[in-house]
Amino acid sequence: MSEKTYLQAISDGLRQEMRRDERVFVIGEDVGVYGGAFKVTLGFQEEFGPWRVIDSPLSETAIVAGCTGAAIMGMRPVAEMQFADFVSCAWDHLVTVAAKQRYRAGTPVPIVVRLPSGGGFSGGPFHSQNPESSFAHIPGLKCVCPATPADAKGLIISAIEDPNPVLFFEHKHLYRRLKADVPDERYTVPIGKARTHLEGDDISVITWGAMVHTAAEAAKELEDEVSVEIIDLRSVMPWDKAAVLESARKTSKVLVLHEDNRTGGFGAEIAATIAEDAFEDLDAPIRRIAAPDTPVPFSPPLEKAFIPQVSDVVAGLKELAEY
Amino acid sequence: MAVREAEPLSSLREVREAGLDREDLLDVYRNLLITRGIEERGHILYKQGKIPGSFYTGRGNEAAAVGIATAMGPDDVGTPLHRDMGVHVTRGVEPWRIFAQYMGRSDGPSKGKDGNVHMADLKLGLLAMVSHLPAMLPVAVGCALAFRIRNERRVAVAWFGEGAAARGDTHEGMNFAGVRRLPVVFVCDNNQWAYSTPTHLGYSVEHLADRAAAYGFEGVVVDGTDVLAVYREAKRAIEKAREGGGPTLIESQTLRMEGHAVHDDAFYVPKELFEEWARRDPIERFRSWLRENAEMGDEEEDEISGSVKRLLGESIRRAEESPLPDPSELTEGVYATPEDLDTPHHK
Repeated sequence: MSEKTYLQAISDGLRQEMRRDERVFVIGEDVGVYGGAFKVTLGFQEEFGPWRVIDSPLSETAIVAGCTGAAIMGMRPVAEMQFADFVSCAWDHLVTVAAKQRYRAGTPVPIVVRLPSGGGFSGGPFHSQNPESSFAHIPGLKCVCPATPADAKGLIISAIEDPNPVLFFEHKHLYRRLKADVPDERYTVPIGKARTHLEGDDISVITWGAMVHTAAEAAKELEDEVSVEIIDLRSVMPWDKAAVLESARKTSKVLVLHEDNRTGGFGAEIAATIAEDAFEDLDAPIRRIAAPDTPVPFSPPLEKAFIPQVSDVVAGLKELAEY
Repeated sequence: MAVREAEPLSSLREVREAGLDREDLLDVYRNLLITRGIEERGHILYKQGKIPGSFYTGRGNEAAAVGIATAMGPDDVGTPLHRDMGVHVTRGVEPWRIFAQYMGRSDGPSKGKDGNVHMADLKLGLLAMVSHLPAMLPVAVGCALAFRIRNERRVAVAWFGEGAAARGDTHEGMNFAGVRRLPVVFVCDNNQWAYSTPTHLGYSVEHLADRAAAYGFEGVVVDGTDVLAVYREAKRAIEKAREGGGPTLIESQTLRMEGHAVHDDAFYVPKELFEEWARRDPIERFRSWLRENAEMGDEEEDEISGSVKRLLGESIRRAEESPLPDPSELTEGVYATPEDLDTPHHK
C-alpha cells in the first residue's frame, strides 16, 4: 500500500499491465517523449520503447481505428485521447466499427480509450466535457468513470482485461487533487459494480466521477441534519441497477447528480429506472442535479454556475429532506 | 504526376516469374466464375424475394478482387468491400455460407445480424466491412501496426473506393501508415462512379494513385480488368511491405457495370461507356488469354464452368436449408466474453 494521486494510480495500473502482458501498448498524441498532456505515461517510452508507447500523428480516427485493427489481430491497445472532447473525431470508429463488431461479425474488439474529462479549471467548451452518456447509449461499448485512486487503478486493469471496447473517463479535476492509499500489487475492480461511498438512511445520492466528492462535501455539511447515502456507480455502462434500487428502497428519497448536461444525461436513465422499478418505495419525487443544457463556458463565474457545486447539492438535499 | 502504370503480362513464362503456375491460373479462372456466379444467382434470389434488404454486386470488378487476393499470403489479412466478393471466394469462404448471409440465415457468417457483403471469416484473415466507407481502411492500418509491433512478416490489405477517397479516414490511415512505414497495401477500386457521382466531382488529381506521393510511398495504376496485371502489382506491393518497404497505393481502374445496388438502373452512366467496358469484360478477357497462352481447350473450360455451376446450385440448396435466426437470439452477443478472444489472431 502506498499513497498515490488519482493520476499516479492510473499510471501505476497501466504500467503494471504493460509489464505483465506484452500485448498491451499505448498510443496517442504526445504520449511518448512528452509523457502525455497530463503525464500519465511519463517515462513509459524509456521503459517499453517506441513501438509500445506510440506517438501518433494528430489523428484521432487513425488512433482508434488503429487500435481496433491491432486488437482484432490480438493486441491489447490503450489509446489516449488528449482530452475527452476530442473523441468526437473518433466517434465513427467507436460507434460504427468497434461497438458493433462483436454483435454483427462475432469479432471482439478489446480496446481501452482513455478520456481525460470534466471541467473546473476554465478549459472552456472543448476541454471540459463529460460525454459519457453519448457512449453509454451505444450497445457494445462500456463506460467507466472512477472517482478514487484505488478504483482508478483497479478499473484501468479491468478495462484492459475486458474483451470489449471500454471508454475510461478519468476526471482531470481529480488527477492531482485526490491522494489516497492504493495497493501496490495488481488487482481488478469489477466493471458494473457500484461502491457505497457513504452509508446513510435518509436520502440516496446516485453519482459518479468527481461529483462523488461534491456529494460527500454536501453530506458533511448536513451531517447533523440528514443521513446521506452516496452510491458511486464507478461505471455507467454497465451500471449497477441492483445497488441503486436497493439504496433507493432503503432511503426512499433519491437525488441523481452528474456533471454532464441535464437533458438526456445518464441521470435520466437512472431516474426512469427507479421510477419504473421502485416507485412504491419512494417518499418524494426523484430529483436531478446536473449541468444546464449549454456548452461548458470558459470564464470562472460562468463555469462555476455550470458545474454543480456543493451548495447546489446541499440545497437539493434539504429540499428532499423536507419533502 | 509520376505514378507508374502497370504493364500487361503476355506469356506463361512471365506469369511463372510472377509466381503462378498453370494450375494456379485455372484456380484464378474458377474463382472469377464463382465470384460472378454468386452475384448473378444472388440477383435472381433477390428478385424472387428470397433476399431481404438490398443487393450489391461487383460486376466488372471480379478480376481486381481475385487478382489481389491471389497475391496475398496465407497469414495476411484484409478488409474487402462490397465490390470485392472475389476476395472472399479466393480466401476460401464457402459459397453456401455467402448465400445464407444474403438470405439472413443462421449459417451466414453474421448469423443474420448483418446483411449482404457485411461479412467476413476472420479465420481466413478477413475483417467484416461496415457501410461507412472507408472506415475499414484505417482499421487495416491497425492490423499492420500489430504486425509491426510484433515483428511478424505479415501484410494487411485495405480496400477503398474512389468515392471514399474523399473522406478523412483515407487520409488519416494513409498518413499514419506512411509515417510508420507499416506493412499495408492500399487498393483503390476505382470504378468511376460513387453511386451517381462521377470522378470529376470526387477528386481533382489525374489519378488517385498520385496521392501516394503525398504520403511518402509509391502509387501504381493498374487496369482492373486484367487479372494478371493486378496480381503482379499486388504481389510486388505485398512482398515489398513484407520486407519492410512500407505501403503502396494501387489504383485499379474498372467500370461499375451495374447500378450502385439493384434498385439503381445507373441511367446517369453514358451507354457508350458501358459498351466500351463490356468489351473489356474481365472474365472474358482472361478466358481468351488462357486459350491463347495456356492451352485451355473446350473440354477443360467446360469442366471448370460445369463444376462451378454445380457448386452454386448445391450452395443455394444448402443455404435455403439453413434456418432463419430465432427472435430469442436478438439480444445475444452484444458484448464479448473472455472465451470469444480465442481466435487465431489472439495469440
